[in-house]
Amino acid sequence: MELVLAGAIGILSASGVWLLLRPRTFQVIIGLTLISYAVNLFIFSIGGLRTGADPVLHQVAGDVAQYTDPLPQALVLTAIVIGFATTALFLVVLLTSRGLTGNDHVDGEDGTP
Amino acid sequence: MPDHALPSAILCLPFAAAVATWLMRERGHNRAAWLMTGTALLGLALSSWLAPHILAGEVLRQTIPWAGSLGLDLVLRIDGFAWLFMLLICGIGALVGVYARYYMSPDDPLARFFALLLAFMGSMLGIVMSGNVIQLVFFWELTSLFSFLLIGYWHNGASARDGARMALIVTSGGGFCLLAGMLLLGHVAGSYELDAILAAGDAVRAHPWYTPTLLLILLGAFTKSAQFPFHFWLPQAMSAPTPASAYLHSATMVKAGVFLLVRFWPVLGGTAEWSWIVGGVGLVTLILGAYAAMFEQDMKGVLAYSTISHLGLITMLVGLGSALGVVAAIFHIVNHATFKSSLFMAAGAVDHEAGTRDLRKLGGLRRVMPVTATLALVAGAAMAGVPLLNGFLSKEMFFAETLAVRQGPLLDAISVVIAVAASAFGVTYSIRFVRGVFFGRMATGLPHEPHEPPLWMRFPIGFLALACLLVGVLPGRVIGPTLRAAAGAVLGAQMPVYSLAVWHGLTTPLLMSVLAFVAGCLLFASLRRRFDAIETAPLTSRFSGKRIFERVLVVLAADLPQRIERLYPSRRLQSQLLWIVLLALLAGVLAATTAPFEAALHWSSIDPAFALLWLLGAACAIGAATQAKFHRLAALVLSGGAGLVSCVSFVWLSAPDLAATQLLVEVVTTILILLGLRWLPKRIAGYAPEGWRQRFRRRRDIVIALAVGVGVASLAYAAMMHPVADSISRFFLERAYTEGGGHNVVNVILVDFRGFDTLGEISVLAIVALTVFALLRRFRPAAESISAPEQQRQQTRLEADGPGHAADHSLTDYLMIPGLIIQLMAPVIVLFGMHLFLRGHDLPGGGFVAGITVAVALILLYMARGARWVESHLRVLPLRWIGAGLLLAVLTGLGSWVFGRQFLTSAFRYLELPLLGRLPLATALLFDLGVFAVVVGATVLMLIALAHQSLRRPRQTPAATAEGEG
Repeated sequence: MELVLAGAIGILSASGVWLLLRPRTFQVIIGLTLISYAVNLFIFSIGGLRTGADPVLHQVAGDVAQYTDPLPQALVLTAIVIGFATTALFLVVLLTSRGLTGNDHVDGEDGTP
Repeated sequence: MPDHALPSAILCLPFAAAVATWLMRERGHNRAAWLMTGTALLGLALSSWLAPHILAGEVLRQTIPWAGSLGLDLVLRIDGFAWLFMLLICGIGALVGVYARYYMSPDDPLARFFALLLAFMGSMLGIVMSGNVIQLVFFWELTSLFSFLLIGYWHNGASARDGARMALIVTSGGGFCLLAGMLLLGHVAGSYELDAILAAGDAVRAHPWYTPTLLLILLGAFTKSAQFPFHFWLPQAMSAPTPASAYLHSATMVKAGVFLLVRFWPVLGGTAEWSWIVGGVGLVTLILGAYAAMFEQDMKGVLAYSTISHLGLITMLVGLGSALGVVAAIFHIVNHATFKSSLFMAAGAVDHEAGTRDLRKLGGLRRVMPVTATLALVAGAAMAGVPLLNGFLSKEMFFAETLAVRQGPLLDAISVVIAVAASAFGVTYSIRFVRGVFFGRMATGLPHEPHEPPLWMRFPIGFLALACLLVGVLPGRVIGPTLRAAAGAVLGAQMPVYSLAVWHGLTTPLLMSVLAFVAGCLLFASLRRRFDAIETAPLTSRFSGKRIFERVLVVLAADLPQRIERLYPSRRLQSQLLWIVLLALLAGVLAATTAPFEAALHWSSIDPAFALLWLLGAACAIGAATQAKFHRLAALVLSGGAGLVSCVSFVWLSAPDLAATQLLVEVVTTILILLGLRWLPKRIAGYAPEGWRQRFRRRRDIVIALAVGVGVASLAYAAMMHPVADSISRFFLERAYTEGGGHNVVNVILVDFRGFDTLGEISVLAIVALTVFALLRRFRPAAESISAPEQQRQQTRLEADGPGHAADHSLTDYLMIPGLIIQLMAPVIVLFGMHLFLRGHDLPGGGFVAGITVAVALILLYMARGARWVESHLRVLPLRWIGAGLLLAVLTGLGSWVFGRQFLTSAFRYLELPLLGRLPLATALLFDLGVFAVVVGATVLMLIALAHQSLRRPRQTPAATAEGEG
């Protein structure tokens, strides 16, 4: 389980980093999306992986060990929402930059493809 | 007797007066000047009140506890030496206040001037009264700052600005070294308290850190006291108004460096390093300053170089290493302050009345300003070291010290010769100064018709000249007890026997004095014309510290940054991103090599279904990476696929909240990017030729990406396999219900335990939404994407050809059934959102998910029926939603204050309602409602703003773009 997830995080971040280094704004935005998946999964996995142990209390004073770690989940939940906000902002910035410079190169100049 | 509070009263008084002066803001100069003088006199009176204690050798301390755990308390400590300085600072401060009242023009912003002088006075008092070395450095830097502001007081002149900047850089740079030195010293001595450090002298000198500590502290002292090679800032500082020069740059601030040397002499002094560095620097400064002073044409310039020379003399006295040298140094500090500030004021008076300070233009002024001339003559004679004046006495002690020290025959001879030579130069420039201004032929063609300055301008000069005379004639009576107390405070048990008599008999020092005097007179007589003829000092002006400093500044502030920018261009995002990734990679590699990776690979624990799932996910990710350039839609779909896979993983790994949020955010993000795709330029494979450079770059990036991927994967694996220590999560799990009133721990963490973070987060969300909105209001699409897309135009042409249909009918035809379904489903989705919201505290759900759900319902309506239809049937006011949500969240937080709790403390209870049953009702629910509203508002605002761009396209030309809309 851990091995698969680690590999998945690796592939997501590798694809993301490759796109991040590309010259086109759309490639960068997709790259950032992929990297944020990878990072979210990474933060989430820090607490260790558990199946069938959601952090919703069944009875009030139960054994703490039967639940998964809620803290990474809370962190990732906010990260997802913030990630959405930054993606939206970046999208609008890239559209504006496209309108101003006439191309979609991240540096605003269409020298290299 | 309220003695214990007196030190802090003396210290706070000038600062309070500075604020009061600043607040007065009136342009008349009377009130500000009298406030300054009054404050200084009051400080003087309060200090004098302490005289019985101080003269008896007591040390007064006042400790105000502050950060005791760090060893930092505000400690005020007054001993004889500090007290002497307090008298100087307050006494000369009072005189300067009177003088400045008549010197400064009423047109200048005087409140500022006097406020700065007062603040400086307070800072200087702070230095001498500090009983804690860190506190001392703080006040030290304050004096640098106020000196900077005073030098640049007439900031319209370039020379004032340059001089101020140079003084600030040099002195505050030295102050920074001083701070480092004091930190080392405090560490070595085990305390930052001055008393403890003074008691730890032997330990400090034996410590291996002694030399760096000494060097750093000396750098601070030398820069402040304008010692070679940092002396160049002082002549540049003469752009300050003369009262400030008299006060800061001759009497007090420049003495801070030698104050420090004397203060730490018992701790740091007495070693070979100390003698060589301090003594050597003092010697060089002494002769260099005196030499340069002879060739100056500006009255204040002569005085500035003379000040440098005298400070060098004091430094050398401290550096010689004997206790008697320290006594002489303290004595000369006082003497120099008296005669030099009176000379500065005299120079200011001449400048004020005659309109120039150029020695070549002035002359014969004794006929029109006899009183000023007499006073300047007395003070100038004191500067030259004429008997029966105070300068003579300390110079005698200096000569005696140079004779007494035994460093080896050659060095002794050199120091004696240099002492006599510098003294002769001192005689020469003193004569030149007094004679050039007041004697000789009457100057003609001066900017003003000179006459005697007002009485109260002469008074401070006269008072100080009288002091020179009194100390010179009756040293034992006038200064004896104070000097003894000051020297005793520094030297303690090492107090030497000395006598302050005017006449010691026919001694070698006296012979040296006579020799210096005669040589100085001869030098002046023979070189008089040459002095006037040349512009700068021969030999030394080649190596101008000022020019080197400016060169260094240009290199550091302009050349070097420009070169770095050429090498690493910061305007190119691509290379910056590359550097960031490479640096992160490097940091990861470094961390991995230092902390070995130990987890073994567990192949057996792989769940085949999960592996299959991620096979799909990996394919999606790699597909998105390859397709993003030419097939944007495909890449978007593929990256959405990867997102869905990670969403499924969340469900799999017991995170229902995350899965729900991820799923909905995925939907909204995809819609958003789809809306944006339309404005991007076309890109066709094989359109642009590909060079070797591009191929190289792509291969390089693949290698980097693979390295990052492998690194992150192994890091993630190591993190997952690492046994989790007892984390704070247990706290949240145990208290989620008992203190937060909810079963869903993730939600309780978000809205209760870490509510403040969530408040920050929704604020970010709101700000981003507003930024998006604002950017889109001024959106200018690229020229080629303004017209309708090709497909749409074809469709329109087809429809126009076909009979009996309205334009755009295919859109309504195709979307009629989905549109109807969505329209009917929208209320259901909203209801579902509310359900998610209400159950959020106990079951997966909550404000975030509910907010996005409702936003999705709205967006679906927009897609199905078109923006115009929705907006004519439904008032969507996203800005209101955002505002109301933020307000609600903050008010919920504030509400807990009403009940005397901390911000965002939540309360909960159960509510029995008919039909719905037992409902948990926590104030956190209100907070969550705020979160919900912000999420709805922000999401809808962003999506609608982007969607409207297409809507308004047909009726806009590139020139007349955006009208705002909500």
